[in-house]
Amino acid sequence: MTIAVAMSGGVDSSAVAAMLKHEGHELVGLTMQLWNQRRLAGKEGMPEQVQGRCCSIDDVYDARRVAEMLAIPYYVVNHQERFERDVIRPFVDEYLAGRTPIPCSLCNNHLKFDQLLLTARQIGAEQIATGHYARNEYDPERGRWILKRPADASKDQTYFLFGLTQKQLSRTLFPLGGLTKPEVRELARGYGLALANKADSQEICFIPGGDYKHFIDAYLEEQGEVVPDTAGELVSVGGEARGHHAGIHNFTVGQRKGLGLASPSPLYVISIDSERKQVTVGTEQELQRESLRAQRLNWISIAGLEGEMRAQVKIRHRHDPAWATLRAIGADEVEVRFDEPVRAVTPGQAAVFYLEDEVVGGGWIV
Amino acid sequence: MQRIYMDANATTPLLPEVLETMRPFLLEQFGNASSIHQEGQQARSAVERARGSVAQFLGCRPSEIVFTSGGTESDNLAVFGSVRPGDHVITSAVEHHAVLHAVERLSERGVDVEFLPVDGQGVVAAEDVRKALRPYTSLISVMMANNETGVLQPVEEIGRIAGEAGIRFHVDAVQAAGKIAIDVASIGCQLLSISGHKMHGPQGTGALFVRRSTRLEPLSAGGAHERQRRAGTENVAGIVGLGAAAEYAMRSDGIERMRGLRDRLETGLLACAGGVNGGKAARVPNTTNLWFRSLGFDSLDGEALVIALDLKGLAVSSGAACSSGANEPSHVLEAMGLSAERARSSLRFSLHRGTSDEEIDRAIDLVTTQVARMRELSVVTR
Repeated sequence: MTIAVAMSGGVDSSAVAAMLKHEGHELVGLTMQLWNQRRLAGKEGMPEQVQGRCCSIDDVYDARRVAEMLAIPYYVVNHQERFERDVIRPFVDEYLAGRTPIPCSLCNNHLKFDQLLLTARQIGAEQIATGHYARNEYDPERGRWILKRPADASKDQTYFLFGLTQKQLSRTLFPLGGLTKPEVRELARGYGLALANKADSQEICFIPGGDYKHFIDAYLEEQGEVVPDTAGELVSVGGEARGHHAGIHNFTVGQRKGLGLASPSPLYVISIDSERKQVTVGTEQELQRESLRAQRLNWISIAGLEGEMRAQVKIRHRHDPAWATLRAIGADEVEVRFDEPVRAVTPGQAAVFYLEDEVVGGGWIV
Repeated sequence: MQRIYMDANATTPLLPEVLETMRPFLLEQFGNASSIHQEGQQARSAVERARGSVAQFLGCRPSEIVFTSGGTESDNLAVFGSVRPGDHVITSAVEHHAVLHAVERLSERGVDVEFLPVDGQGVVAAEDVRKALRPYTSLISVMMANNETGVLQPVEEIGRIAGEAGIRFHVDAVQAAGKIAIDVASIGCQLLSISGHKMHGPQGTGALFVRRSTRLEPLSAGGAHERQRRAGTENVAGIVGLGAAAEYAMRSDGIERMRGLRDRLETGLLACAGGVNGGKAARVPNTTNLWFRSLGFDSLDGEALVIALDLKGLAVSSGAACSSGANEPSHVLEAMGLSAERARSSLRFSLHRGTSDEEIDRAIDLVTTQVARMRELSVVTR
């Protein structure tokens, strides 16, 4: 049975390929060409020079070298159109609507575990292996595929994987789930991979330098679209005007910098109202929330929620899960009521529900 | 697994007999063709013999042949060497990137470039060339055969129009050479590009026919090689190989056999393909470009099909390769008015002189099986 390895040219996915090869599996390496970094280079505040980032020729070169060394067939597949449609465009639209998107989750849902899995199956592979830090296993008692946190809590990527369906989980291998990052580097060195010491990728892969505001401007300009005027008022929680802002897409809930307001105590973005183009600012205290609502749900360890359940809820990637009670509202929405208030609930981010090490499911914060 | 190679329009295998002619010039007869001594003279005489072969192959004088590093350099030399800021250039939308990107660069430098459309079969209307002529037109560049579809352009008609108007005419004949006869006199062009490795010669070799008394600005500065048109020490072994490939093409009668094989492949594949892109036009005898339907209105993912076939031992191609090795959508199929979906589902099969009867059968089998598998999968995963 052939396994397709999603190879990015980084240490993790290269180590996966080497591990599986040494276990004797039949492999094919695939790299997705998702975005052309040169497309927006030099436009509207974007850097002229593009560094070695995701989808760059350098990374493809690295992945190809690893595949050559392991003597496995390797191909670059072009999924740029799908990426633009399902990741880039929603990313831009979410910001313009005053929300804070997570492109990595969209990419996992639409590209890595959908399009790439389909390509893998079309070329004769039955499973796909990735370098994500997560674990999955089949639980015969419940008759379900379970997604679990990895051994290395500091690299846990389950937050970005909450959208995986049972079908996708059943065809996915996460060989790094039981390893720590230092162990993976050690393995890579052991297998003789030249890139064992390559730096981890940070930030959003298609935004070199990490300035998403410039990216949005440059993208819309390239599309021949006018950046919508979303300038408006900064208001206090009580509704009184505190100043002006240049556009709601410059803000995210919990943000402190760039408000341009003088205040004796620190001020934060509390909420964003896209219709009225209003950004509400307030104190740390006012940033606390006791509940949230999440929609477009995906359930993993259970088939669905009826009534209520207790779970730990993570509302952003770097967030310690907080105990809460989930309550179903209709078929595709839950209300999450936290035991203790949480800071900066951000629409557009995911709320992912955990029980111990298991991902119960998750949804998008509205 | 015995592999089947059906991507001759990308490159062809070097003929063993061509390699044999080259071998001495990589080893004992290593001279520089510009040197005075015996070693140099041997090299010079080999280069000139090859020039004679290539000239005979194209129907021109030996002095009208400039050796280059390949099709791209020949095209670039023809385009950049002919045009100045303020000029007007006429070309087609389906040219190879070696011409397209060259004229695009010129247009950034103040040259007026006109891209002629093609019809649904990928053919340029010669009359469009006449209509596009302007007083300051300095170059018409149209390919002889398209690399993706094999479709032939009416270069003789365009040559007549260019001749009447007194405009320089360049023909990119890279994909025609070795597949159909080329005669620069009957085309009536001033410039014509060929490449060695598309006709069983070595990679890194090519030639540009430059009609006598055609002024041409060289691309590189340096020595006075190639009548001051291409500075740089001659690639003697490569040139000898190109000459041998030209000799072989003139001698061999394999073209009609190739047409028979291509037609059989095409007929066999049409049982599972949606149709032939450019199939109603005159084509070179080795190429067929087919598109594949999934179920209902969906088209098949051509890229996945290419990879699946490669893993099964059949080398074909889809689209044009980009820097990372992934496929880019085809500008040729797009210019023919085909939907992006159909372009994505299109595969190019291009045969070479070594293609066998048995390989055709096996290829039909492999493709039929794989297309069926992909159709099945599209039902399961939906």
